[in-house]
Amino acid sequence: MKLLKLAHGRLLPALEEAQEEVSLEDWRANPQAHAGATALVISNDVPLADVRCDLSGFSVIVLDFPTFKDGRAYSQARLLRERYAYTGEIRARGEVLRDQLSFMARCGFDGFEFAGAAGDAEAALEEFSFAYQPAADGALPVCRRRIAAAEAA
Amino acid sequence: MYRYDEFDATLVAERVAQFRGQVARRLSGALSEDEFKPLRLMNGLYLQLHAYMLRVAIPYGTLSSKQMRRLAHVARKYDKGYGHFTTRQNIQYNWPALVDTPDILDDLADVEMHAIQTSGNCIRNVTSDPYAGATADEIEDPRPYAEMIRQWSTFHPEFSFLPRKFKIAVTASDHDRAAVKVHDIGLRLYPNEAGEAGFEVLVGGGLGRTPYVGHVIRRFLPKEHLLSYLEAILRVYNTQGRRDNLYKARIKILVNSEGADRFADLVEAEWTKIKGRGVDLPAEEAARIRAYFAPPDFEDLSDRSEKLEAARAADEDFARWLRVNTKPHKAPGYAIVNISLKSIGGVPGDISDMQMEAVADLAEAYSFDEIRATHEQNLVLPHVKKDDLHAVWSALGGAGLATANIGLVSDIIACPGLDYCTLANARSIPIAQSIAERFADLGVQEDLGELKIKISGCINACGHHHVGHIGILGVDKKGEEFYQITLGGSGAEDASLGEIAGRGLSSTQVVDAVEKLVGFYRGNRQDGERFLDTYRRLGAGPFKEALYEAA
Repeated sequence: MKLLKLAHGRLLPALEEAQEEVSLEDWRANPQAHAGATALVISNDVPLADVRCDLSGFSVIVLDFPTFKDGRAYSQARLLRERYAYTGEIRARGEVLRDQLSFMARCGFDGFEFAGAAGDAEAALEEFSFAYQPAADGALPVCRRRIAAAEAA
Repeated sequence: MYRYDEFDATLVAERVAQFRGQVARRLSGALSEDEFKPLRLMNGLYLQLHAYMLRVAIPYGTLSSKQMRRLAHVARKYDKGYGHFTTRQNIQYNWPALVDTPDILDDLADVEMHAIQTSGNCIRNVTSDPYAGATADEIEDPRPYAEMIRQWSTFHPEFSFLPRKFKIAVTASDHDRAAVKVHDIGLRLYPNEAGEAGFEVLVGGGLGRTPYVGHVIRRFLPKEHLLSYLEAILRVYNTQGRRDNLYKARIKILVNSEGADRFADLVEAEWTKIKGRGVDLPAEEAARIRAYFAPPDFEDLSDRSEKLEAARAADEDFARWLRVNTKPHKAPGYAIVNISLKSIGGVPGDISDMQMEAVADLAEAYSFDEIRATHEQNLVLPHVKKDDLHAVWSALGGAGLATANIGLVSDIIACPGLDYCTLANARSIPIAQSIAERFADLGVQEDLGELKIKISGCINACGHHHVGHIGILGVDKKGEEFYQITLGGSGAEDASLGEIAGRGLSSTQVVDAVEKLVGFYRGNRQDGERFLDTYRRLGAGPFKEALYEAA
């Protein structure tokens, strides 16, 4: 398993830094006992609307794909980025497959525990030139590109 | 109709390239069938009993002649010379080879078509009224909104791995020809008291093993907020829908376990937070999409065509086809023409490559180049001049496409059933054929009036049996095919779910059973009553008695 990180449009292998992980439940039950934790692990059945606390102290939030078919963490990632303005790393763990990477990146993931080849993963992010809908990656949606193109013409 | 710009075209082309890579990885063994399955499903490619099946999207059922010709070409070149129109306004090919599928998608992309999201646990091809833009009973054309939904839902990064598949239908008429009440989301555009058009939003309808009629969760949604409201519904579903049990994963289960009011509150709370944050389309873009659906240049005609009246008087077969298969158009002097894909003894929804070419020719010559597919597995030429109806009828007749049975007893919806499908318990197509043959006389059929028979080969209900006036469900009883009858369902504006009539019947008994039910209706109907009306007036009891008496 490698850790890949997305930065400045490149998806590259990263050194596995030492993170002290804590689950959301344990941290909430006793924050003092986990004062040194740097990575928060949130299971995918946690409604983030209920997480009314400051997460900015964590450098990594780990979200889970127990199987690639379970898409709850996509919503969690978007909420962390778009509603809770979390700017640290959001890391995908679990069944993280090549053909889901671009969806993950669009939802705000920028760390991936990925078993396949790194080059293949980066190629997967380059398959589509643009997207119709806004998401957490800040990409200009097609409707805005159209308006910009019409104004430029 | 909508035309791709460089953005739409690029995305579809990139999708084909992506899928070509995925197929290559599958063929090389780099991907296992298990890993490939979700990828092919996102491109409408199923593995059926005998072969792969490719389902091609026809967004909101609208096709040009050029696109229809390309569908004919695909049938000829890559399949066995025919295609099958589905209950979701799509077309399926039953015999493509895996290695050919990227080329098929390339051929389709050339005419602005694709198979994106025609399967998988994602937002499926959006459906709409096949008479959109033509019928007098709509408040405006619903298709621009369907196109907006198509674009918003295409490759949606958050909603591509939902608990289960997700179907959205849009109508803008009080006469529901899109079955909006039995969709995951049904949208009905209507004018409020101030005269502004907005959507009534229904959620949680659906068939399958746990059928429900949808609940209204918002009485009036301003049009400009359509996409943000949909995003709120989908987010609530994605995070809270059940994933522990395949059979309880559709949104209808969530809506009904939470209660529609509480579900509406959840959506409203989410919507409040995302409204105004960029999901809704800018007004310029909504106007750009709407402009593609401007009405064609209808001629200024008298509503009465002498040519038509002369032909009608001269030929009773033509007169019957006019009465049964044509519907009023909003423009004077025009008519909506329904093309039945339910020839007596044929396979419901099947059409040959030559028939597709014939329909394309007629659309080009007589219907402003437009064709529609209906959820009842028929086709429509939406804009035909009354002066041209006889020529169209003659040409359709020559192609075997002029059966005058739209909405009648032989206009049967049937799923592919055990003839094709891995899930089926029983055959559907031969039952549909036997019923149609039993009632072959079109005069008798017309006299019986609107009668919707719908047949599913298993509990997944792809043949919509729950909403058939007479529904037929195939079940497996100790290795033998049996059929359960349901009565009193409707998928239209008067939506209701059919009730099980009683014990199962063999394939030979089921046709007799339909005949008995129809006979009872004929003996007991009052002026102008459809089968469904008589059933609703008298209740299930007498119909069940008629069905099982001395059987």
